[in-house]
Amino acid sequence: MSKSNFTRRGVLKTGAVAGAGMALPQYLRAQESGFTNAPGASEVTLGFNVPQTGPYADEGADELRAYELAVEHINGGGDGGMLSTFSSKALDGTGILGREVKYVTGDTQTKSDAARASARSMIEKDGAIMITGGSSSGVAVAVQALCQEAGVIFMAGLTHSNDTTGKDRKANGFRHFFNSYMTGAALAPVLAARYGSDRKAYHLTADYNWGYTTEEAIRASTEAVGWETVNSVKTPLTQTDFSSYIAPVLNSGADVLVLNHYGGNMVNSLTSAVQFGLREAQANGKDFEIVVPLFSRLMARGAGENIKGILGSTNWHWSLQDEGSQAFVRSFGTKYGFPPSTAAHTTYVQTLLYADAVTRAGSFAPCAVAEALEDFEFDGLGNGKTLYRGDDHQCFKDVLVVKGKDNPESEFDLLEVVEVTPVDQVMYSPDHPQMGGAEATLGECNNGA
Amino acid sequence: MDQIIVQILNGLDKGSAYALIALGLTLIFGTLGVVNFAHGALFMLGSFCAVILSRILSASHEVADPTRLDFLGNPAMNKVFYVQDMFGEAAGAAIMDWAVPLAILFSIPVMIGVGFIMERGLIKHFYKRPHADQILVTFGLAIVLQEVIKYFFGANPIQTPAPDAFKGSLDFGVFLGYEANAIMYPYWRLVYFFFSAVIIAAVFAFLQFTTFGMVVRAGMADRETVGLLGIDIDKRFTFMFGLAAAVAGVAGVMYAPIVAPNYHMGMDFLVLSFVVVVVGGMGSLPGAVAAGFLLGILESFASMPVIVDILPGINQIIIYLVAIVILLTRPRGLMGRKGVMED
Repeated sequence: MSKSNFTRRGVLKTGAVAGAGMALPQYLRAQESGFTNAPGASEVTLGFNVPQTGPYADEGADELRAYELAVEHINGGGDGGMLSTFSSKALDGTGILGREVKYVTGDTQTKSDAARASARSMIEKDGAIMITGGSSSGVAVAVQALCQEAGVIFMAGLTHSNDTTGKDRKANGFRHFFNSYMTGAALAPVLAARYGSDRKAYHLTADYNWGYTTEEAIRASTEAVGWETVNSVKTPLTQTDFSSYIAPVLNSGADVLVLNHYGGNMVNSLTSAVQFGLREAQANGKDFEIVVPLFSRLMARGAGENIKGILGSTNWHWSLQDEGSQAFVRSFGTKYGFPPSTAAHTTYVQTLLYADAVTRAGSFAPCAVAEALEDFEFDGLGNGKTLYRGDDHQCFKDVLVVKGKDNPESEFDLLEVVEVTPVDQVMYSPDHPQMGGAEATLGECNNGA
Repeated sequence: MDQIIVQILNGLDKGSAYALIALGLTLIFGTLGVVNFAHGALFMLGSFCAVILSRILSASHEVADPTRLDFLGNPAMNKVFYVQDMFGEAAGAAIMDWAVPLAILFSIPVMIGVGFIMERGLIKHFYKRPHADQILVTFGLAIVLQEVIKYFFGANPIQTPAPDAFKGSLDFGVFLGYEANAIMYPYWRLVYFFFSAVIIAAVFAFLQFTTFGMVVRAGMADRETVGLLGIDIDKRFTFMFGLAAAVAGVAGVMYAPIVAPNYHMGMDFLVLSFVVVVVGGMGSLPGAVAAGFLLGILESFASMPVIVDILPGINQIIIYLVAIVILLTRPRGLMGRKGVMED
């Protein structure tokens, strides 16, 4: 009779220990490397966290298209897109540090808790070494804080609130998109030149973080050029019919309406304003004007004819004629059949910049990557010469002042660039009061593990 | 004073939408005893009927235009609309311009069909189940419907403008002796108010002055006795479900130029409409209409800047505050009948 050393209990114990070891989050197993989710020798995984459901699902879909295109180009596929125009030549189409780029996606649902849950899942279960994406400042701030704690790099997507790189800035987070302050600084001189400096503004402001910082920025910049703010009304984020808010505007003494709204809010408030005849109205002996500080092409499409002639700002536009923008539009347009949105441009560029920073740093360690991105100056990715400022991880580049096009030639031809505001005009000090003042700090970079 | 008049007009306009949706909800609850949380989705489907017809009428083929280039540098394509091919340029343009009013005709059979399928295919299986089950299944159905719409039409709002003849605003103040531009009100919103009044009157007339309506009202009061008289009340109630769906649908069609249709708009109206039904009195059609207008006007007044300055956030809770007060003082709502939802 043979005697075995295996017992049922022993096998169960061994199995349980082995199973627990296998199930350990990848970032805990990476302690040897000194940073979270150190990649293997052949592959590296990036996490694309975009709204795939909810009100910004269209932006999310465009972001995802751009991410896929960026991965294709980094891995050596397609026509290379902006790799050929990017001033840094570190990327050579062989992935990142010789590793093929893979990606996982998450759905932010444009909800902070859902976005954090999907980012956490990508970091802990899928081993994502960098998280990027999003179409909301609330989501960006929440996910950025999570990435800081987990020790991965966060490359923010569509987030325009000052707070992302202002009072809520983090050492592991970087933003390519412009912000509310820059919108105010770029837009106010154009508004003064076109509408005069003796104007009275009425603000309707979305009742959440982005609305507040945008109103603050526009008020400060327009008051600096001589405008007076006669009233400011907060509107609920869930509001769809803005008639009650628009109706009092014409008799308020104001001759300009500033709609600090984005997305569906902007489409609906602008529609109400046009319906109530504000575009044709006169006040204080002047033509009544409407201003929408933040535009995107996808939103302009929603607003339809109402957008014509209305001034605003945007981060990037496909009609830009610089080499980088044209290369990106060509790649994206050939692959998908339509020009990219500003959301797509931001996320494409963020992916390339991350890959480039890792390659220049020679390491995936977040702190090494952050160091490579800090005070990094480059060109060839649209918007001209660009700086990733080390003090607050905000990107500084030219800002576009745009206008709803009067005679669009296609369904994509909705905005026209009226001025490219030079970067110097939108610069501010890292301790600017609108950015959290002297108390705002990046904190310590976190490698995790 | 001029602001008060504007807010009354606004309130009547909002109240029209609340009343139309609440009317349908009450019809369904009164006849079938079902708490239909998918009713907001029917309103949303109605507004997408306007979008769909607008797209059908704007269907086009493309012809290369060698004089222009597209964003990739290829010859640009010009759209040639089939409707203009068929009816000529001017008539074709007019048909496309009037897409929203035409969508009323399109939406009625579509929405009756949707209502019939919903009732026969799903909701009839829940008649004898508790209200909680009905709420769960209809709420689930609402989510399915909005996700289907989002899949086909995307998440962003879609502009569906009113005909050019109704663009712009009426200088209402001039009629009341005010200065020009004192009280401006959009033409289409006035059209919406009168349209709602006609639909509400038509539904009441149908129930009041037709034999079919009389039987339905009798069934609402005592379903069992009407059944004992040999009348197939279930068949008539199924028709009423279709009618309620059509009312919500046409309300949605006409609302499309006011708020650009989006997949979520039904949910925005649903909760408020239920409050309207409860305030009006469960099962009471006049109550639903009266409460719709009352709460619409109150909401408009509460959104006035002078009010919000004194009581910040009041505009978001006024309807619920009024609902609490009314239910505390009149537990059956404004015109609620004894015995409804009290067993």
